[in-house]
Amino acid sequence: MTDALLRFNDIRFAYDPRRPVLDGCSCSLARGDRVALCGDNGSGKSTLLKLTVGLLRPTEGSIWAFGRDRTSEADFYEVRCRAGLLFQDADDQLFCPTVAEDVAFGPFNLGKSRDEVERIVAETLAELGLSGYEERVTHKLSGGEKRLVALAGVLAMRPDVLLLDEPAAGLDEAAVARLADLLNRLPQTMIVAAHDRAFLAAVTQRRWQLQQGRIAALGGW
Amino acid sequence: MNRPVGAAPTAPKIFDSPLDGVDPRVRIITAIGLSAAAVWASRWESLAVGLLAAIACLLLSNIAAATAIRRMAALNGVFAAMTLVLALSGDPPRWNAVGPVSLSFDGLRIGAATAMKGNTIVLAVMALIGSMPPVTLGHGLDHLRVPAKLSHLFLFTVRYVEVLADEYRRLRAAMKVRGFRARPNRHTYRSLGYLAGMMLIRALERSERIEDAMKCRGFRGRFYLLDHFTLSRRDIPLALGMAICLGLMIALELQAL
Repeated sequence: MTDALLRFNDIRFAYDPRRPVLDGCSCSLARGDRVALCGDNGSGKSTLLKLTVGLLRPTEGSIWAFGRDRTSEADFYEVRCRAGLLFQDADDQLFCPTVAEDVAFGPFNLGKSRDEVERIVAETLAELGLSGYEERVTHKLSGGEKRLVALAGVLAMRPDVLLLDEPAAGLDEAAVARLADLLNRLPQTMIVAAHDRAFLAAVTQRRWQLQQGRIAALGGW
Repeated sequence: MNRPVGAAPTAPKIFDSPLDGVDPRVRIITAIGLSAAAVWASRWESLAVGLLAAIACLLLSNIAAATAIRRMAALNGVFAAMTLVLALSGDPPRWNAVGPVSLSFDGLRIGAATAMKGNTIVLAVMALIGSMPPVTLGHGLDHLRVPAKLSHLFLFTVRYVEVLADEYRRLRAAMKVRGFRARPNRHTYRSLGYLAGMMLIRALERSERIEDAMKCRGFRGRFYLLDHFTLSRRDIPLALGMAICLGLMIALELQAL
């Protein structure tokens, strides 16, 4: 498949060797895909996303991303710069004291100049309707605001792929609708792991069901 | 989109004072300079100059009077107790205060001088550093070339102390709803031990998740700061005033030699 961005080949992974989380998991993500990653609690949704960016390493199988197999930390550094992972708990992701600094963190790491970083921060915050939030202290933001600022931090790296781990968890109905609207306006390929079927149906085109450590592609909604 | 998902209104600024616009580096250096001078000073005149300068800083900082009085009352309670102990146990000559109780002049002098020094330092730090948002203070330290690990540790602490406090409150609430009340017994000590252990484990796990999140955004061991400070005309009055004050203290001390 020439337009594939990510491919998992027979991935096996276990936190406890007696109970594998992923057991021969294979799937492929093409450019432009918007995939819902469904599954019960503990089925391995977050684990699969972490494996994608090399935060965990498979015990067996291989991960192919952006044109080649990825095995070492250096390989995955490049993957992380092109695939933005949004964490389940925004507090884990927002570690800089102010919003502007947090959004600037990724672009600085990519080697952007100060002027570029300031421009990216302003643009990204404006895209998400967060203009004026630059000097806000991250730990004093509401849950919804934290989620959006965390997303801004990911988007500021201009990733090709978004890996969203429970992006709507803990948000009220109106906030979920606004988040869905916002995600639908983003051009990125994305994998969205969540339980909320209505939300997933609103932002994705097809489903991957994680069951007994394997992925079953279920097609559209 | 005018207002983001789950947005709350923007929080008001905590302080609004003549010191607000002053470069944080100038404020930090001034507080350190005044504190060092207060520690070094030995004459009443120079100690009084230092204390007056610290009070002036407090008035400029616009910290609520009630807050300042409450903090200083607690501090001076300690100094009063210390002075009393020094006065009762100091060397002669002594002053026969009440009945058989006599107080050492040396003890009183040392206690009063220590109280003046302590008040100067606390007032200066409270007015010049304590009224600064912690984030600004962290960046100020970074720009003063304080080792990066130290200043970033400070910034991380500022960021996560509230998160850990929330974690603690959640755990305490979980204990309370199951009828826990702290009593002097083994069950309480063991439960509080579990609480402390769980806090440590959760803090460790969170630190690992934070590290992962940093890696995901390309972190490779170097931090960059977005804010940079520049000296401006607003810094001149404080810097000049403090230079005059320190010069006067030094002159008074040297006069005595």
